[in-house]
Amino acid sequence: MTLPTPSQTVGPFFSIGLPVTDPELVPPASEGAIRVSGTVYDGEGQTVDDALLEIWQANGAGRYDHPEDDREEAPLRDGFRGFGRGETDEQGRFAFVTVKPGAVPAPDGGVQAPHILVSVFARGLLKRLATRIYFPEEMAANEADPVLCAVDPQRRGTLVAVADGPRAYRFDVRLQGEGETVFFDL
Amino acid sequence: MTDAATRGGVLLGYRRETADPPYLHEDYLATRTRSPGHPLVPQPHTLSEVTGPVYGHERVVELDHDLTRRHAGEPLGERIILHGRVLDGDGRPMRNTLIELWQANAAGRYRHDADRHPAPLDPNFSGGGRTVTDDDGRYRFITVKPGAYPWRNHDNAWRAAHIHLSLFGPAFATRLVTQTYFPGDPLFSQDPIFQSVRDERDRRRMISSFDLGETVPEWALAYSFDVVLRGRESTPVEA
Repeated sequence: MTLPTPSQTVGPFFSIGLPVTDPELVPPASEGAIRVSGTVYDGEGQTVDDALLEIWQANGAGRYDHPEDDREEAPLRDGFRGFGRGETDEQGRFAFVTVKPGAVPAPDGGVQAPHILVSVFARGLLKRLATRIYFPEEMAANEADPVLCAVDPQRRGTLVAVADGPRAYRFDVRLQGEGETVFFDL
Repeated sequence: MTDAATRGGVLLGYRRETADPPYLHEDYLATRTRSPGHPLVPQPHTLSEVTGPVYGHERVVELDHDLTRRHAGEPLGERIILHGRVLDGDGRPMRNTLIELWQANAAGRYRHDADRHPAPLDPNFSGGGRTVTDDDGRYRFITVKPGAYPWRNHDNAWRAAHIHLSLFGPAFATRLVTQTYFPGDPLFSQDPIFQSVRDERDRRRMISSFDLGETVPEWALAYSFDVVLRGRESTPVEA
């Protein structure tokens, strides 16, 4: 068996090769559209203006647009792929427009609370950081979610977005230091 | 879920062993304030991580793989073919997977507002490309050899010449962004990004090979570089 090729940083110039064409997964005015935005901070509290974020999620029925998710009970929806790519601006801010994902199966036969997977790439990150965005109104589902439950309760809150107006959520990413976002070892 | 995703109805995850560098590599200054202080939280793979964006041919148009034919004229520099295969850890080809690439021009300058290296831009070179692997996992780019460039990480710091590569693979868990380097580069020893990979054998796996057999006489030299993505576990995820 061969180990994977080692990861290296995206550096500061990734936009030449990784065009940010997908921060809007659905049109902002479409039914069910939500906005998820936030700011990326480094360990000194400075905003990070050269980060790339990618999201991956199920559709509103909890179905992933992927050959390994063939559950007929959770139908695909036309045109929704579930992938988004965005970058931070000069103030370190990013924003995605998407739909709220449905609950998806957990390996043990239970369910996972609605969540969005996030990869953070940047200069100074030799490999991506992987995290998850959960939803604040899903309190019961979040309490039963197997991934959230495995996280130190003191830090769990970093994975839950904050309501930020109608159909809008705020999810800040802190790479290091106080309030550091929980990142997962995948 | 399909048979490939499960064994006995239980989800199969992706292998966790990697040769990746640590997040904190002191010699690479930007890691000091951007690397997490807490250890990563181990997480079993779920349906969310074994799925992922499956992008193929719909993202690529005809000349996306040829960085030398995007403008009215040809870019300056040493024309090269960069080719290879995308495999999993067991040597199986990763078919129909998107590879995105970006690089500096032959003078070591990126076409980006943040690059202040006083080397010339080339009006005939943008430095970005993309392609999709074929049924054998093969890919092929035509480009120019990038120059080294200075980056102020330490006194008289120069990056070894490199090309950035980004791959999705079949799942969120297989996402990889890496860089490929060129054989014999004298800058390896002082490049902390290259050196951040701890094992010398693993560093060597980021260096392409000069490939005389794939050169095109009177036209271009060739370098080969295989990319290995994480392979699938053979035993189910522990719930």
